[in-house]
Amino acid sequence: MPLPFIVITLIKAIVVLIVLMTVAAYLVWFERKIVARIQNRWGPTRVGPFGLLQPLADAIKLLTKEDFTPAGVFRVPYLLAPALSLTVALLAFAVIPFGPGFQIADLNIGLLFILAISSMGVYGIVLAGWASNSKYSLLGGLRSSAQMISYELAISLSVVGVLLLGGSLSLREIVSAQSGVWGLVPRWNVFPQLVGFFCFFIAAIAETNRLPFDLPEAETELVAGYHTEYSSMKFAMFFIAEYTNMVTASCMATILFFGGWHGPVPSFLPAPLQAVVPLFWFSLKVVLFLFVYVWIRGTLPRFRYDQLMSFGWKFLVPLALINLVVTSFVIALRA
Amino acid sequence: MNVLPGFFFYLLSAIILGGAILTITRRNAVHSAIWLIVTLLGVAGIYLNQHAEFLAAVQVLVYIGGIMVLFLFVIMLVNLDEAAKQRQFNHQWTIAVGCALALMAELAYFIVKGRESFRFGDTGTGTLNPDAAVIEFLKSCRDIPGLGPGGFLQPNTELIACALYRDYLLPFEIASVLLLVAIVGAVVMAKKEI
Repeated sequence: MPLPFIVITLIKAIVVLIVLMTVAAYLVWFERKIVARIQNRWGPTRVGPFGLLQPLADAIKLLTKEDFTPAGVFRVPYLLAPALSLTVALLAFAVIPFGPGFQIADLNIGLLFILAISSMGVYGIVLAGWASNSKYSLLGGLRSSAQMISYELAISLSVVGVLLLGGSLSLREIVSAQSGVWGLVPRWNVFPQLVGFFCFFIAAIAETNRLPFDLPEAETELVAGYHTEYSSMKFAMFFIAEYTNMVTASCMATILFFGGWHGPVPSFLPAPLQAVVPLFWFSLKVVLFLFVYVWIRGTLPRFRYDQLMSFGWKFLVPLALINLVVTSFVIALRA
Repeated sequence: MNVLPGFFFYLLSAIILGGAILTITRRNAVHSAIWLIVTLLGVAGIYLNQHAEFLAAVQVLVYIGGIMVLFLFVIMLVNLDEAAKQRQFNHQWTIAVGCALALMAELAYFIVKGRESFRFGDTGTGTLNPDAAVIEFLKSCRDIPGLGPGGFLQPNTELIACALYRDYLLPFEIASVLLLVAIVGAVVMAKKEI
């Protein structure tokens, strides 16, 4: 392996990491502001203009808080769980293409890599729940493992339609297959795969443990679920992991269904600015999805646990299966 | 640089064997499950080392992301405090050692006997070097999108698809029907009234 390749990859990884951490921090601010607006409040206003320095204040608070380990926890898994959550959440960004060439690694199985990595995310939560040696944590961990297995199935099934259209497991090629237009509409997968997108996005919300599917940490019944016994930076790691997973899910929705970095209108900017246009479209779509995330959180009440399970198994999975069968049938007919 | 694939092979083998031993010797069932996960991850690493990326991803997705989560789920639901107090091993060492030695002798015999048939590809160079038969096989599969002329960089997903859905279609379908029977059976046994 040549040295320049390693150096360039390292630089790319560091840049992505810095941007991602900033995005995750400001996503918290974004969420608090929008939810406040939905509930007719102001949200954070004290630290900096419009509360813009609030994430920094939160970070300082979390870093300087006492790092408390309760008695009776299983020490190694207890310490390992938050690190595992965060590592797995960050790993997914190794294969996400932000624009043509803006990608750390172009794996030929990129999509499977993301599915595999995100399927490991459940371990951070389950181990945290078990190692805390507390009933609320354990219940949260159990709920999340059941929930994530159920909705992972729906995610995988809804993505297969996109694979059939794109003909590749590489995320870069899936995006490339969505360039161009059909008449006036861009060739994005969301138009032929509307049902698939519906299943994917709902399952992605459930997979990231967000409202209305945040049963693992339902504070009215489980205190805080799996991270009840965590404080300080260890809690912050779960927190960052959750927001990073939201960004990953938005990136995946953009790449798989909304044409990735392709804009809906042809670009008219001069050549030097042309390079940033794909990044602009990509970020815009990701921010839109993040807004929808927050919007849903501010609007819908939480499901009951049995409602969550029956919705996943009796509605979402069959719907994704039907979508898969119809899609493959149409593609087989046209081939 | 050629030393790296070998190094990773031995490292991963050590992780797999160590994880397997720890899986059966831990008293706590959750610890056993965690070590089993480590073992399975090591196997995925071996696949990756052999440039079978598809197999590695599926290994992680199915075994680690699916089956082991269910294992952990059940272990946490069932109260295993009683089991942890029980004696862990019984007194059948002699029979176990005899079986292990017989298995070892059998494996050693086959490896020594068939050492001519082991071929080592150029691992670590980033390309698979399929021999003529494999190239013929790839060409015989109808229009593979990812494969341009001479593009043998990523044939493993396509190869698996060809093998499963063409050459071994009947065994594949029989296996899936078998799984379906198992699922129906489980549902029938678990439900009081259907």
